[in-house]
Amino acid sequence: MKRKGITFFIILISFLLQSTVFNKLKFGAVSPNLLIIVTSSFGFMRGRKSGMAVGAISGLFVDVFWGHLIGFHTLIYMVIGYVNGSLERLFYDEDIKLPIILISASELLYGFSTYVFWYMLQGNFAFGEYLSTIIIPELVYTILVTLILYQVILHINRKLESEEQRSASRFV
Amino acid sequence: MKIRNQSSLPSKYWLLILCFVCILSMGIEFLTGHAGPITFIANYTVIPVEKGISYAGTWMSDVSSNFQTMKDMTKENKKLQKKVDELTTDNTRLRQEQYELDRLKELYKLDENYSDYKKIGAHVIANNGTNWFSDFTIDKGSKDGIKENCNVLAGSGLVGIVTEVGPHYARVRALIDDASNVSAMMLSTSDTCIVQGNLKLASDGRLRFEKLANNDNKIEVGEQVVTSHVSDRYLQGLFIGYVSEVNVDSNNLTRSGYITPAVDYSNIQEVLVITKTKQEMINSHSKKKE
Repeated sequence: MKRKGITFFIILISFLLQSTVFNKLKFGAVSPNLLIIVTSSFGFMRGRKSGMAVGAISGLFVDVFWGHLIGFHTLIYMVIGYVNGSLERLFYDEDIKLPIILISASELLYGFSTYVFWYMLQGNFAFGEYLSTIIIPELVYTILVTLILYQVILHINRKLESEEQRSASRFV
Repeated sequence: MKIRNQSSLPSKYWLLILCFVCILSMGIEFLTGHAGPITFIANYTVIPVEKGISYAGTWMSDVSSNFQTMKDMTKENKKLQKKVDELTTDNTRLRQEQYELDRLKELYKLDENYSDYKKIGAHVIANNGTNWFSDFTIDKGSKDGIKENCNVLAGSGLVGIVTEVGPHYARVRALIDDASNVSAMMLSTSDTCIVQGNLKLASDGRLRFEKLANNDNKIEVGEQVVTSHVSDRYLQGLFIGYVSEVNVDSNNLTRSGYITPAVDYSNIQEVLVITKTKQEMINSHSKKKE
């Protein structure tokens, strides 16, 4: 229960930061995508189910407030969380390379699918433009933010895990 | 707890079920045009939080600007006093002209004054966090008289149009959004054109205009662009920006180019919403005629 509350709180905080503070900290009209970081890192830290749940909630937030069609971002974020969850086996704490690779891949997947479904299907084929003005800058900025935000999430996760172990051992 | 989790549905079935729900909800919204109860719930949960954060931010920036030194203030005060004197003389002259204008207007019976739309002010409480869309949320909604398709101004220029209304919030699509299309005209010649938002131009805050007839009317850089008389969603005569570049298209029939908008889109804090939509105006006119 506590874990669920804290996870939800992390999602809410990242969502609010993304829509307020990071809007003022734009580089080249691009802001980082914190929710992808949260979804992806919960995916590979906690497995498929958590990744999927976190993705669905983050996606729902995006859909309700910034999206134009309820369900679109929910679907993408959920799939991202699930795929990251499938790679849980590869993950171990000290390594920063794997999280960065996975988060970048998720970010690219998100960028491509948004382009395909919102722009390409409307007959807008200038993919190079979108790649160079949005997808790549957003990717770079997100990775920079990952270096900080990921450490925070990792720390919280470790704390929670050790607490859960302690309370589990008490019952034994 | 753990054991029960494992014995329930495997995660891939959950994924399939949730995917199906998402696709269903997209389908429903696409077909009916309504988002359903979720936006309603959001109005009472996240919107107040966003309001709080944005007010806290404004308060903090106010406090930091208070740290200006007294010295600067007194210097500025002197300068401003001089300016006040200047402006008072200007003002009396302009007042006289205003009276004259009023009198002449009465003579002409100009009952329609386009600059006199009824407006209400609103704060911007959240911007769009994705980089793909340019819209923002304001803290007034249908309870304050805002409707869908209301035009939104910031300063003297048009910034966008209301696309979604809740009881205490509204979402405004900016002119620089990729999906935005405005029917506009050149102020001096009344030639119409289409002003389009473009994601790539949005990053340096420019707009593109197209389909301006290539006639004898000369359009120069610095020409003012306003919303046109033929638009069915934008009220006539709202200022969009200045022409910054104009070229003849390769078909030799039309011209296109770029506009520098009157509004700085990177920093919008307060906006004015015109509470009357164009459609209502058209309706009231046709009623009058009957």
